[in-house]
Amino acid sequence: MTNKRNSFRILADKLSGKVFLTFAVIACSLILLILAGLSFKSYPLLKHVSLFKVIGSSIWAPADGKFGLLPFILSTFLITILATVFAVPVCLLASTYIVEYASNTVRNLIMPVVDILAGIPSVIFGIWGVLVLVPFVSFLGKTFNIATEGYSILAAALVLAVMVFPVLINIFTEVLRTVPNDLRDSALSLGATKWETISKVIYRKAAAGLFAAVILGFSRALGETIAVLMVVGNSPLIPKSIFGMGYPIPALIANNYGEMMSIPMYDAALMTAALILFIIILLFNAAGRLVLIKLEKN
Amino acid sequence: MNTRRKITSTFFETLMKLSAFLIVAVLLYILGTILYKGIPSLSWEMISQKPSAGFYMGGGGGILNAIVGSIYLAGGASLFALFFSLPLVIYINNYAKKNGKFVQVIRLIMDVLYGIPSIVYGTFGFVIMLALGWTVSLLAGIITVGIFVFPILVRSMDEVLRTVPPEVNQAAYSLGATRLETSVFVSLRQAMPGILAGFLLSFGRAIGDAASVLFTAGFTDNIPTSLTQPAATLPLSIFFQLGSPFEEVRNRAYAAAVVLTVIILIISILSRLVMKHFSKYIIK
Amino acid sequence: MSEKSIIQVKNLSVSYGNHQVLKNLSIDIPDNKLTAIIGPSGCGKTTLFKTFNRLIDDTDGIKVSGEVLVNGENIYGKDIEITHIRKKMGLLNQRPTPLPMSIFDNVAFGMRLQGLKDKKELAAKVEHYLRLASLWDELKDRLHAPAAALSIGQQQRLCLARGLAVEPEIILGDEPTSALDPISTQHIEQKFKELKEDYTIIMVTHILRQARRLADYIVFMYLGEIIEHGPTDEIFNNPQQKLTQDYVKGVFN
Repeated sequence: MTNKRNSFRILADKLSGKVFLTFAVIACSLILLILAGLSFKSYPLLKHVSLFKVIGSSIWAPADGKFGLLPFILSTFLITILATVFAVPVCLLASTYIVEYASNTVRNLIMPVVDILAGIPSVIFGIWGVLVLVPFVSFLGKTFNIATEGYSILAAALVLAVMVFPVLINIFTEVLRTVPNDLRDSALSLGATKWETISKVIYRKAAAGLFAAVILGFSRALGETIAVLMVVGNSPLIPKSIFGMGYPIPALIANNYGEMMSIPMYDAALMTAALILFIIILLFNAAGRLVLIKLEKN
Repeated sequence: MNTRRKITSTFFETLMKLSAFLIVAVLLYILGTILYKGIPSLSWEMISQKPSAGFYMGGGGGILNAIVGSIYLAGGASLFALFFSLPLVIYINNYAKKNGKFVQVIRLIMDVLYGIPSIVYGTFGFVIMLALGWTVSLLAGIITVGIFVFPILVRSMDEVLRTVPPEVNQAAYSLGATRLETSVFVSLRQAMPGILAGFLLSFGRAIGDAASVLFTAGFTDNIPTSLTQPAATLPLSIFFQLGSPFEEVRNRAYAAAVVLTVIILIISILSRLVMKHFSKYIIK
Repeated sequence: MSEKSIIQVKNLSVSYGNHQVLKNLSIDIPDNKLTAIIGPSGCGKTTLFKTFNRLIDDTDGIKVSGEVLVNGENIYGKDIEITHIRKKMGLLNQRPTPLPMSIFDNVAFGMRLQGLKDKKELAAKVEHYLRLASLWDELKDRLHAPAAALSIGQQQRLCLARGLAVEPEIILGDEPTSALDPISTQHIEQKFKELKEDYTIIMVTHILRQARRLADYIVFMYLGEIIEHGPTDEIFNNPQQKLTQDYVKGVFN
């Protein structure tokens, strides 16, 4: 009886190892599956037009079978770069404050705020953007005499900046925490002020990790959809100014999914857009993570 | 010279404080805006009834379809993701060679998947749906969102299981437990707070995401009674109502946003409480 | 050796990366005695100890060669079922490691794995082993409280009860009192003295006086090698090697 039971237990253990391994392998092949699925669906378009032509052309006229993605790619990068430029200084300073200055009480107050911010749905950010940021951009336009509808690249960048706060702060604080205390102490004991210690020693020591954080924040911003879509104006032209409208790739996909089966090649064009977005984000993500992994090892 | 250096230091310290304050202020501003706009239109009817025929033109009814649809979808997706992530996380922590190449590759892939935006998962879900010949349905939505929250769950559970002291597992091994028994009776127990918190986290993400369900779950004024029916979700319901030319409908969108925000906040608080409650068995 | 031995180590080498931790050791551990493995820190005593129940397998990049025979069976042999071996040995770590469950479930854990389901029998056995570890009177009213809430000394005795409950032949103690207060230490030492009548006990310790107080047999290690082993009296009063002499006199540590 005991023997039978024991051989059953051992069998279950060995079997579970194989089953769990299968799960792990399936999960890891997800990246390849996504790549294959999107490529497969993009193929009908890319069979006729080369990928470079799709990326390089700025004419978007689905009804005429013209699918130039350039305006969307430019919008995507413009908004994301701008958002990163807004968010990085604020988050770096705030993270430095959290790690270097803040008392435990303050830290325990700010970190949950960051967590809650991370959990707020995109559509809520979008509403806030429409109610607050769009009028704010209009106001700026009026004040400085710039033509704008309010719905603009700038409004989108501002909303995105706020949305990447949590990603940036979480990784920034993690990276800053890994700087050894001896380094701080020795800089301070040499007569450096706290700011000199931070800017010349800590930031320098943590530079690679901070850079990785920026890449990861950037790639998070690249894919944001609903909130951006709500404030960016969605005009498929090459953006001329940050007060003008834009049309990033995620918004393009989300806005047009409804009729994508009704116009020939439209679905393939949208899938191509998704494929391009996926590959860009995949590369940025992998780069950022590899830097962090390398740092962790040292 | 020295005073200048000191002033610079103080200047940046103030700047840092302001930045930290800005982050808190932005959150409060967002919450304040939503509550201020939404609360006046909030009513019992809104959260207890399905939309009536003329709902999107200012008719009566509520968003119960979207609330229930969202809960079904988020719950289903989180369970789906849990089913796939638990074996994976147990495998890399208790079965595979610790910190071996294979485990490192899996963790890298999971981190990369974590960064893929929901719109990409949405299109991928759509591709699967077409390949299987399905139409928009609760099930298609659950699978798509499930894939989207899968890396989130993996990461939060892995973080906890990684910190289980090796001695705890060894103690179980020394009592004659197999790896499977140790995983089920000891590691999972030890990691339970993290698992529950991860589950709630992914539930929150799932309920708040619109881009991934856009293609797959569809939209309906009814509450789904089977997995093959389409399901409405809160973010999409808000999004569609905002597009309405009628002010009443737009106001209801703000009220719906309050409902969604409150759900998210409750989940966030709940996960903190759960962590606290379930930590009592944990060996530190 | 005339006495019966329960564990026989034959040509055992363990290396970690390029570092050889144990260098071709051979030794017989006597049955029904308390054997203490002593030596300065880093001498490999914990490593040797962990090869006895193959918990060493868990360590990254470790290589083991040679044989460890338990009751004549090589536990590094091909068809060995490791859980079966481990069950024969109760383990006490440096820091107590209760499992993340209640006091009762901690003791019942191993018995349940063996298929014991009858509630009455289980309760009776749990009581028996808690008594054996002198914990019953302290804990009988809160058996379902989390084990994590106990004091460290109580946790260690709980680990002892838990280990005894799977009816092992050998008790392994890895510096089992090093994290404990003096009173708890005394408790554990007392238990060991009683238990060595019925079990083989092998413990690693860096406290010489503790080895002298408790052990019947001493193994002295230095830099991954066994320098000398023998009955406690001989090692402490009449060591054959210069190194052993210096160590037991406290010349180095």
